[in-house]
Amino acid sequence: MDQIQQLENKSIHILREAYREFKSLCMLWSIGKDSTVLLWLTRKAFFGHVPFPLVHIDTSYKIPEMIAYRDRLALEWRLNMVVGQNVEAIRAKRTFPDGALSRIECCRALKSEALKHTLSGEWPRMRLNHSTGKYEVDENREPFTGVIVGVRADEEGSRSKERYFSPRDKQNDWDVDDQPPELWNYYKTDFAPGTHLRVHPLLDWTELNLWEYIERENIPIVGLYFDRGEGKRYRSLGCEPCTNPVESNAISVSQIVAELRSGKFANIAERSGRAQDAEDGNTLETLRRDGYM
Amino acid sequence: MTVATPVLEERMNLVVVGHVDHGKSTVIGRLLADTGSLPQGKLAQVKAMCERNARPFEYAFLLDALKNEQAQGITIDTARCFFKTRKRHYIINDAPGHVEFLKNMITGAARAEAALLVIDAHEGIQENSKRHGYMVSMVGIKQLVVLVNKMDLVQYNREVFERTAEEYTTFLENLGVHPLRFIPVAAREGDNIATRSRNMDWYDGPTVLEQIDSFEKAEEDFELSFRMPVQDIYKFTAENDDRRIVAGTVESGRVRVGDEVVFHPSGKRSTIRTIEGFMIEPRDEVRPGEATGFTLSTEIYIKAGELMCKAGDPPPHVGRRLRANLFWMGRAPMIKGKQYILRIGAMKVGAVLAEIQRVLDASELRTEEHKQQIDRHDVGEVVLETLRPVAFDRRNDNEPTGRFVIVDDYEIAGAGIVLEPATDRNSVIDNEIREREYSWEKGDVAPIERERRFSHAGKFILFNGSPGSGKRALAKQVERVLFERGCNTYYFGIANHFEDLDSEGGAGALTHDQHIDMLGKLTRILTDAGLLIITTIANIDDFDLEKLRKLNHPNEVFLVNIGETGLSKVWADVQLDPQPDIPSAVRRVVEALTSQHVLVDYSI
Repeated sequence: MDQIQQLENKSIHILREAYREFKSLCMLWSIGKDSTVLLWLTRKAFFGHVPFPLVHIDTSYKIPEMIAYRDRLALEWRLNMVVGQNVEAIRAKRTFPDGALSRIECCRALKSEALKHTLSGEWPRMRLNHSTGKYEVDENREPFTGVIVGVRADEEGSRSKERYFSPRDKQNDWDVDDQPPELWNYYKTDFAPGTHLRVHPLLDWTELNLWEYIERENIPIVGLYFDRGEGKRYRSLGCEPCTNPVESNAISVSQIVAELRSGKFANIAERSGRAQDAEDGNTLETLRRDGYM
Repeated sequence: MTVATPVLEERMNLVVVGHVDHGKSTVIGRLLADTGSLPQGKLAQVKAMCERNARPFEYAFLLDALKNEQAQGITIDTARCFFKTRKRHYIINDAPGHVEFLKNMITGAARAEAALLVIDAHEGIQENSKRHGYMVSMVGIKQLVVLVNKMDLVQYNREVFERTAEEYTTFLENLGVHPLRFIPVAAREGDNIATRSRNMDWYDGPTVLEQIDSFEKAEEDFELSFRMPVQDIYKFTAENDDRRIVAGTVESGRVRVGDEVVFHPSGKRSTIRTIEGFMIEPRDEVRPGEATGFTLSTEIYIKAGELMCKAGDPPPHVGRRLRANLFWMGRAPMIKGKQYILRIGAMKVGAVLAEIQRVLDASELRTEEHKQQIDRHDVGEVVLETLRPVAFDRRNDNEPTGRFVIVDDYEIAGAGIVLEPATDRNSVIDNEIREREYSWEKGDVAPIERERRFSHAGKFILFNGSPGSGKRALAKQVERVLFERGCNTYYFGIANHFEDLDSEGGAGALTHDQHIDMLGKLTRILTDAGLLIITTIANIDDFDLEKLRKLNHPNEVFLVNIGETGLSKVWADVQLDPQPDIPSAVRRVVEALTSQHVLVDYSI
């Protein structure tokens, strides 16, 4: 069994553990390569089915192509698609692009806050109606107690300290210094009322592993990751005003794999194009303690 | 040194353990530096910084410096470091030396394939040198190498090295642990890390890097018995998918389409019809490590949590008592009489600490014979008793199915390995019932007097079947018919009190056991009062039924079983097909009650 197969099997095992243990489970889908691979693994784990809702936090500043791609796959794969948003902040123009907030404050408002209140059900959730192709207010406001997230340990420092099953308290806070033990195939799947767990099936994957897997499985990936004639491509996707592409001529998955293998980016962070990271002292720990993905 | 490019994309997980300040970080820093795995200019930068602050340079500072620059994509953190040699990529997992972080150390060690244990030659063997040595073996790491560090502080003295090695070997051998090798190093100076030390000509073994590259990847052992904990049973009927898929990750052995399989503890058997997967090549065999799924050739009732085995392979042990070595991490000590959750394979079951045979003292790993509890960071040799039978292997026979964890108050508080099954003694429940019956205060009216007056005995009439099998309608009709005959009967809606007994619970239904217990105690009273108490239940297994019988003793259970259920043998007084025709089913039940003299007619 090669490296990628081992990673695939472990991720599937973790997804099945999560599905068995959590009555109210969802998966965050940011439309990026990581969570899209996670979605693919989910279909593999459940024999072609995706038995829980996918939650997307729409900051309204996502690159439009991401949203189009999201809705295309959601309809094609018959996904239970749920979208949450900080409608108030966007309406009141309390954002970074509007000049009202710093990047970090904006992330906190449009992502962390929106995520927190969407998961808890306090803010309305919009659900895709497959017969009309439109989003409608979801009747279900039950809080999610298990949230599957596609973070990887090699992305940046704070994520390398994560567990596969990582508890969050009522405030969504993460206690980095007191984490549960994980050994063999046993994870923390019991949790006190009011708390919830983040589940990280991709923790052991590297950026290269992901692209090798995308190539092997032929997973449809949003086109923004490829150079389309401008000598640039996105390596990590986020909001348009805070995400910059990298110099690259890779126009296909196999060229991205070759580019990563060449060591071209060995000394450049995957998320270096994400401006909020730099503002957070390059640790993301501040944001993540507050519930950022 | 130039950056080596590994020929293979092979990765290996390592863990560096040892007592605090014995030099783990220095060893790691040195490995990163000497393999050229550091970002450009980093070493020079940290050295310059030390010079500016008039501090002697330490390789350990490198780790701190890197930690502050994680986001530069170097992805180094104390949690995981990456380096590579010509042979392969390595990941070093975090394993803090301080005792407070033992659960982190365990987590790091459990992910590792090989361990380096660092002992300070100058300070000698300390508390965590011992504890970590033991932990590493317990989590299952077979490749352990001991680095006797800071040899520069003892003038590279061979005797100090040999004395330390001998002392530590003796300690480990008492625990049945055998390190591959001892290497004398001075990590700060680089002696015997990547390059051979000129200061220790007397040592002719490998350097640490050579040693690391000679660690072997574990081979898949195809000779082991097939074992797959059943993680879940899927049926996505709502998605127009009629497959009933038994899903799990194969822990050991192989199995093929057409093989006969046995599920433990239920003992149910079937044959593998298909191996399922999504977007995979069709296959007729699965191998260890695969997260897979099967359909079976017959409809058998099994639950998540069972252990799937191959007929003809040595079977696992099935029982309620097991002797184990257990390591405790919980804040509260592990005590007798308290109920914990034991997780083994995919099974979750209530368990109690039945016996403490000995406790290895946390700091000295000295044996204490008469300890009454297992404190945090202690290792105990114990007997655990589960509330229902579980399937397991001895760790030495089959590692993955011989390891377990204990959950206390939502947290994984203990981890252990099975030494052997322990003989089943009088179970807790037998003792409880004996005491209960002994002290049961009876009234003056004898059971036979009641039976004559009511024209029937007291009986617990139980309808067992899957949700949707039609058991509820039938049970209510039986109540109606018996009532019309003048019987004292009562239909007890199970969901009113024990909702979980009304649905098919998976593994981990701790309340299930408690509710079976309460139901049995309740029916003991009601049958004693001469009542024909009727209830329905969704799929109990043999063990549940046996428990209900015992709890209801001296009165009896009358079982109507509908369709294929969790019961492995034919216990039923009446066996019916699912969705039975009600009038004829009622007739059969009443006939059986009559032929068993539950319903008697004293008026004749």
